[in-house]
Amino acid sequence: MSKITRRKFLAGSMAGGAAIAMAPTKKAFGANLEGFPDGMGVLVDMTRCVGCRSCEAACNKEQNLPEPNKSFDDFSVFDEIKHGEKRRPTEKAYTVVNRYEPEGSEPVYRKIQCNHCNEPACLTSCFVNAYTKTPEGAVIYNDKVCVGCRNCMIACPFSIPAYSYSSAINPIIKKCIFCYDTRLKNGQTPACVEACPQQVMVFGKRKELIKIAHDRIRRSPGKYVDQVYGEKEVGGTGWLYLSGVPFQQAGFNVSLPSEPIINNVKDFLAIVPMVLAIWPALFTGFHLLATKGKSHGHGDDHSHDGQEEH
Amino acid sequence: MVNTGKKFMAGLAGLIICCLLMMNCYAMESYPEEIEIDVLAELYEGVVFDHGLHVMMTEGCAVCHHHTTGTPVVDSYCAKCHTNEEPMATVSCKDCHSSEPVTAGSVRGKDTVLFHDDKPDLKAAYHLSCLGCHQDMGAPVGCQDCHARTEAGDAFFHSGQFAPTGSTGSSGH
Ligand code: SF4
Ligand code: SF4
Ligand code: SF4
Repeated sequence: MSKITRRKFLAGSMAGGAAIAMAPTKKAFGANLEGFPDGMGVLVDMTRCVGCRSCEAACNKEQNLPEPNKSFDDFSVFDEIKHGEKRRPTEKAYTVVNRYEPEGSEPVYRKIQCNHCNEPACLTSCFVNAYTKTPEGAVIYNDKVCVGCRNCMIACPFSIPAYSYSSAINPIIKKCIFCYDTRLKNGQTPACVEACPQQVMVFGKRKELIKIAHDRIRRSPGKYVDQVYGEKEVGGTGWLYLSGVPFQQAGFNVSLPSEPIINNVKDFLAIVPMVLAIWPALFTGFHLLATKGKSHGHGDDHSHDGQEEH
Repeated sequence: MVNTGKKFMAGLAGLIICCLLMMNCYAMESYPEEIEIDVLAELYEGVVFDHGLHVMMTEGCAVCHHHTTGTPVVDSYCAKCHTNEEPMATVSCKDCHSSEPVTAGSVRGKDTVLFHDDKPDLKAAYHLSCLGCHQDMGAPVGCQDCHARTEAGDAFFHSGQFAPTGSTGSSGH
C-alpha cells in the first residue's frame, strides 16, 4: 500500500495536476472484482425484525463510535425525518434501523448499513484508490488516503458513505466495514449480527445465503415476497434482504439496474479531472484557514483501518 | 424361526408403544411450573419463565414444542414428517437449539436431518417464539417487560446512568 498522505497527495497534484488529470480513470476494477467466489455476506430477514436497535448499539461499541445523541432504547428515532427522509447511516452510526408503515400491514423495520457490493460503485468512483474489496467480501477504506472528495457518496446507490468533519482540514469517509479488522478477517460473525435477539441476520458465504433465502421463500410462500434484494441489484451485494412486504414499501430503491454501477460512474468520472484542476488551490486555502495560529497535529487517528496492517 | 422372529418384533413394537403412551401421559402430567432461562444472560438478567401459566394459556404443548411432546403438531411445516405424535426423549429448547450463534455454514452443515436446517439458535428460538406470540396475543413486548437489564446492558444501550449527557449536535451533512 503506498504511504501517500493527503498532504503529499496535494503537493503532488499541485506539481503534476495536469498529469493526474490526464491519467486514465480506473477501468480495470470491474474485472478484478469477480475473483471472490467465497466472499461472505449477511442475509437480513426483515420479517423477523422488531426494531429493538440492539444491532445499532452493538455497532457503536464494536467500532468505538462516539456517544449517540439518544439512547439506543429510545424509539423516538423512528419518527425522525431530516430533509424529508428517514435516518441514514452517519459518521457516528454505521448502521441505523428505520420503521416503515406499509398500508394494511404491521410496521416493518429495516436495518441499513453498507451492503458490501460485489462491484462497489464507491470503489470505482474513488480516484485515489482509498477503497478495497477484500476476498472475504468486505468493502473497506484507507482513511489515510481519502481526500474527502465525496465521489463515493454520490456514486453509492444506497447513500451509505458519510463524512466525518471532526477534523476540519481532513474530512474523511466513514462507513460500515463489515467488522473487517476485528471480526471478519478471522472468520467471525459481525457484532450487529451477533447481538440481534431475533436472528434477523445470518452470516455466511454469500452463495450459501442465497440458497437459504430461496429456501425460506419456498417453505413459507405466503410470508415473503418472491425476491432476494441484493441478489441481482447493481451486480449483487454481499448483504441480502428478505421482506414480507414489497421492497419499495420498506424504503428500498427498486429501480436499480442489475448491472454494476461502473458504467454510469465512468461518465461521472469524466468530470473528475476538471474538478481536480481546482482542488489543490481550494484545499490549500482551507488548510491555511484551518491551521491559522494552530499547530499541525491532525489528531484524528482512525484505529480501525484494516489496511494499515498490510 | 421366521415366525418367532415376527412375533418377537410384534411384541417388542407393542412394548415400545406402551412405553411411549406411558411417557406421553408422564410428559403431559408433569411439567415444570417454572423454568429459569439464564444460559445467555449478560446484558439482561435471566428470566424466570412461568411455564405453568403458559401451559394453561396455550392450546397444546406443540405451539412451542413442535413435535416433541406427543400432542398434535400445529406447525404445518413440521407436520409434513411428524404426524405420529410420539413424545421425544428431549423436549427443552436448549436441547435442539444451539447456544452458539448460527452461521450459514452451521445452518446447512451440521444437522443431518434435511428439514432441520436453517434452525434458529437458542437466543433466537426463545425470542421468535415468545415475542412472536406476545405480539399476536397483545401480551407485553418491551425488552424489559420480560428481563431486567443489567448494568452492562445499560452501558451497552447508553441508557439509564449511561444516557447521553446532552445533545451532541446534529450529524450528517
Ligand atoms: S453499499 Fe455503497 S458504500 Fe457500500 S460497497 Fe456498495 S457502493 Fe460502496
Ligand atoms: S458489520 Fe460491523 S461495522 Fe457494519 S454495521 Fe455491523 S457492527 Fe457495524
Ligand atoms: S437487533 Fe435485530 S431485531 Fe433488533 S433492530 Fe436490529 S435487526 Fe431488528
